[in-house]
Amino acid sequence: MSLLAPGLGETSGKAPKPRSSNRQRWINLGLQIGALFGAFLLTSIILLIAGAPPFEAYKEIFLGAVGSTRSFSNVLVAWVPLLLAAAGVLVTFAAGLWNIGVEGQIVLGAILTTWALRLLQATSLPPALIIIVAMVAGICGGALWAALAGALKTFGGVNEIFGGLGLNFVATALTLWLIFGPWKRPGIGSMSGTEPFPDRLALPTIAGLRLSAWSLGLGLLAVLVVYILLDRTYFGLRLKAVGLNSRASFLLGVPTWQYGMLAFLWCGGLAGLAGAVQVTSVYHRLIPSISSGYGFLGLMIGMLIRYRATWVAPVALFFAALNIGSIQLPIVLKLDSSLSGVLQGALVLFVVLMEGARQRYLRRVRAAVLPPAPSTPAALPSPPGPDALKEA
Amino acid sequence: MDASTVIVGLGGVLSASAPVLVASVGETFAERAGVINLSINGTILLSAMGSFAVAVSTHSLLLGFLTGCVIGAAVALVVAFGSITLRQSQVAVGFVLALFCRDLSYFLGNPYMGDQGPRLSSLPIPGLSHIPVLGTLFFKQDIMTYFSFVLIAGAWWYIFRTRQGLVLRAVGERPAAAFARGARVNMLRYVYTTLGGALVGLAGPMFSLSIKAGWKGTISGLDGIGWIVLAIVIFGAWNPVRVAFGAYLFGLLQWLGVVLQPSLPGIPSQVLQVAPFPLMILTLLLVNVGNAEWVDRVLASLPERSRKWVARVLRSLRVLPPRSLGVPFERD
Repeated sequence: MSLLAPGLGETSGKAPKPRSSNRQRWINLGLQIGALFGAFLLTSIILLIAGAPPFEAYKEIFLGAVGSTRSFSNVLVAWVPLLLAAAGVLVTFAAGLWNIGVEGQIVLGAILTTWALRLLQATSLPPALIIIVAMVAGICGGALWAALAGALKTFGGVNEIFGGLGLNFVATALTLWLIFGPWKRPGIGSMSGTEPFPDRLALPTIAGLRLSAWSLGLGLLAVLVVYILLDRTYFGLRLKAVGLNSRASFLLGVPTWQYGMLAFLWCGGLAGLAGAVQVTSVYHRLIPSISSGYGFLGLMIGMLIRYRATWVAPVALFFAALNIGSIQLPIVLKLDSSLSGVLQGALVLFVVLMEGARQRYLRRVRAAVLPPAPSTPAALPSPPGPDALKEA
Repeated sequence: MDASTVIVGLGGVLSASAPVLVASVGETFAERAGVINLSINGTILLSAMGSFAVAVSTHSLLLGFLTGCVIGAAVALVVAFGSITLRQSQVAVGFVLALFCRDLSYFLGNPYMGDQGPRLSSLPIPGLSHIPVLGTLFFKQDIMTYFSFVLIAGAWWYIFRTRQGLVLRAVGERPAAAFARGARVNMLRYVYTTLGGALVGLAGPMFSLSIKAGWKGTISGLDGIGWIVLAIVIFGAWNPVRVAFGAYLFGLLQWLGVVLQPSLPGIPSQVLQVAPFPLMILTLLLVNVGNAEWVDRVLASLPERSRKWVARVLRSLRVLPPRSLGVPFERD
């Protein structure tokens, strides 16, 4: 079932083509610019429907993101969890898995980090050690939640999309229960979260800003590690083989379900680290919406960059800039800040549709040039593969 | 709590479950044809917002409900176009649309936040509504709840008892065979995805113009319903009657969460509101576990008598999706 695979690529019956096909490259570039243009056009129409001046709104977003050192540093703060989440989902995408549970994995990372900090804050251990232990706990929390989704899929036959979604809700419920129950602030629990941790238990930030060089480094390191893992190791090669054709890989001796589980663990670990970063360097406590939708955005980034790790950093930066830039829309233009989500969604939608249009065009050209190929089974899933990635 | 309170409460469950039910049956049609429309969560929000906005501006409930249908059908059409014509992953297109429509509803709905709008009133059926117990349960509802009752039976009849229903199932199970027998597979998939989307879109106004009247943006409490709908369709084994049972079960759990709140002071209300979701995973586990390989191995190791019994229980619970769900059809 291609339901189980991201399946954005089209691999069957591809015509051989020279690698340095300049014309192809220009067509691809044109389509990508076309997708960008289409997304902005659609968003502009939506803005006009809402009775707002489009260019004014874009200008506000731009200024809100890079208008001052402070705002740009906030973009970088939002960049880190996006980097971690997007890097994580690339691993599960490579294995042909739709890890929608990444959102809950971030939450569990945050919960376990908070738990470790609460346990250790009264001890006399050096703060640096406490923070490290707490972040490792966060990684374990995310990995645990991912392993649960993986186990539901492997041993329970529950599709990872539904298992993951359910676990997201469970994670949210767990957060609320902790905030209003056992971990509530002295007095009465509130939506503002748990009691903040003392400053010594926070990652050191750059003077006067909310940005921590440590978390920034962790985010970039994660992207680099995932790039090496997927593109430069035997593990990554076999993982992609599983994602491409799990049955064939199994027959060739790859332990497929174990690889799927490992992909889940990688993704969950990175997502958990994202949650740990949110607690130790952004909020300094557990809040109800600790994941802030970064998991879902990570999935969108994965789809937008068509699963290539090299593009994670710039696209995640762009998404973070949209998120931060739109925060002041309600104040300046009386618009809802969800405009950033509209623009991001439109962008990914157009990229996916444009890719479909390109493949359709190629099929047409091929059908006109080549003699009819021997018929392939009609019901063949078309997951993304190394070839499809190169082609894109 | 006395008996009459319980009966009124259960009647409330029937009407409160109606939107989820209608959306689930709509999605059942689409998935029976082989297209999984993952955008439902966003579609319901967008149609709830859109129909509320139209109903507020025109003071017409009818136009509001029509808007919901149109929005649902339009979003489903994008899913169909992306997955059937452009052959992109249904999951990818649907997921993006789920987020896009959700944010779009929050963005466009901003000016309508907290407005007073028209609201569907209940329509007791003369005579029948005076029957004790049954009258309160089934015949003192609003028109959309009656529609949901009719829809269960109608959808079941259509899918399992008519020729068109047979073709619909064939398109989702063995598209190549259906095509060979003259069915226009991709055209039918377009039709059923759009029809299913229209039903999903109907769920929006059923919330915003009836059960949870009004539009309150992110705190409307509608975010997440669409994902539940998708789970209910699996739970219901793509059979409208069983799907309806799943929808009512979900509604009942939510109601119990509210009713039991005072007797469980230790648990915050937010936790009880999401309690049905983990239960949903458990039920999905129950209906799917029979498909896992290791279960067969465990079964084989059991003694003869208990094996038969366990196997029978698992088989009665287990569900199999339409064979070609999510798989594009290509004629060669």
